[in-house]
Amino acid sequence: MSLAVSGRIAKSKPAVNFNEMRWIWIDKFVEFHSGKSAVAVKNVTLAEEHLHDHFPGFPVMPETLMIEAMAQTSGILVGEAKKFKEKVILAKIKKAVFFDYIKPGDTIKLEAQIESITPEGASTTGKITCADKIIAEIDLMFSHIDQNLAGKKFPDENFVFTDTFESLLRDVLLSGASPSEPGSEQN
Amino acid sequence: MAMSRNEIFKDVQEILVDALGVDDDEVTTEATLTGDLGAESIDFLDIVFRLEKTFGIKIPREELFPAESLMNNPEFINNGKFTEKGLNELREKIPHTDLSTFQNDPDINKLGNLFTVGAIVKYVETKLNAA
Repeated sequence: MSLAVSGRIAKSKPAVNFNEMRWIWIDKFVEFHSGKSAVAVKNVTLAEEHLHDHFPGFPVMPETLMIEAMAQTSGILVGEAKKFKEKVILAKIKKAVFFDYIKPGDTIKLEAQIESITPEGASTTGKITCADKIIAEIDLMFSHIDQNLAGKKFPDENFVFTDTFESLLRDVLLSGASPSEPGSEQN
Repeated sequence: MAMSRNEIFKDVQEILVDALGVDDDEVTTEATLTGDLGAESIDFLDIVFRLEKTFGIKIPREELFPAESLMNNPEFINNGKFTEKGLNELREKIPHTDLSTFQNDPDINKLGNLFTVGAIVKYVETKLNAA
């Protein structure tokens, strides 16, 4: 989910080919309860180039990318709730509190819940943990941008949910239960 | 026991402090959400969600902050101003707002000024009493 793109969508076709944008900050979903909650994991590695600069000699995952990872976890949860028909855009960071660092070699767990969802948008709550230790609490608001009150038009193509995201849901799909079935649980 | 207007105000104040990142002394009854408190469009949805959660009420779309259904009707708006018919529609749709100043110059750009902290308190009070 490319979350900072709204300013670029002036023409009928997006200026960027979003299908080719490799901007994914979670590795896979391990739980998915349609319209309710989801859990994703990410393995952090020194193969991520930016960690060498953030910071030299002290590599830690940037907090901004933790927010992005949570936005992708929550955003896919919100998108799936409306069968990926809506263009779901991060509209507001309600809360972002960080308690500890994430270092290379860590596996982080991102848990997201839908708090409210309406035709216009949704609010979510989320926490990031590492080995059951709390790392961050991140609450977000998403807008269904085609439903905006200004009546602004966006391209028909759903540039938010592209094929790129399919692989993330593969595990929860393969384990037999559709992510659209509430109450199914996978680990 | 029913909540007093002051108790509702305190809860609304806390909601707006959290949602808009303002200080509690800025959240006065007369303060307008957009003009004084800097609310943007997504904040209105955030405020609606928080009010629903805090007060245990359901707020239908366009009930607290109607805009779309009014703006797109040429009978209600002429030359950027509300017509008499439009003003009547406002009186009916948003009885929680104070139209006494607005009706002298019903410019659509000033519609946002109607949405004050006091209007939210009044709306919540009506909702709670109806429940």
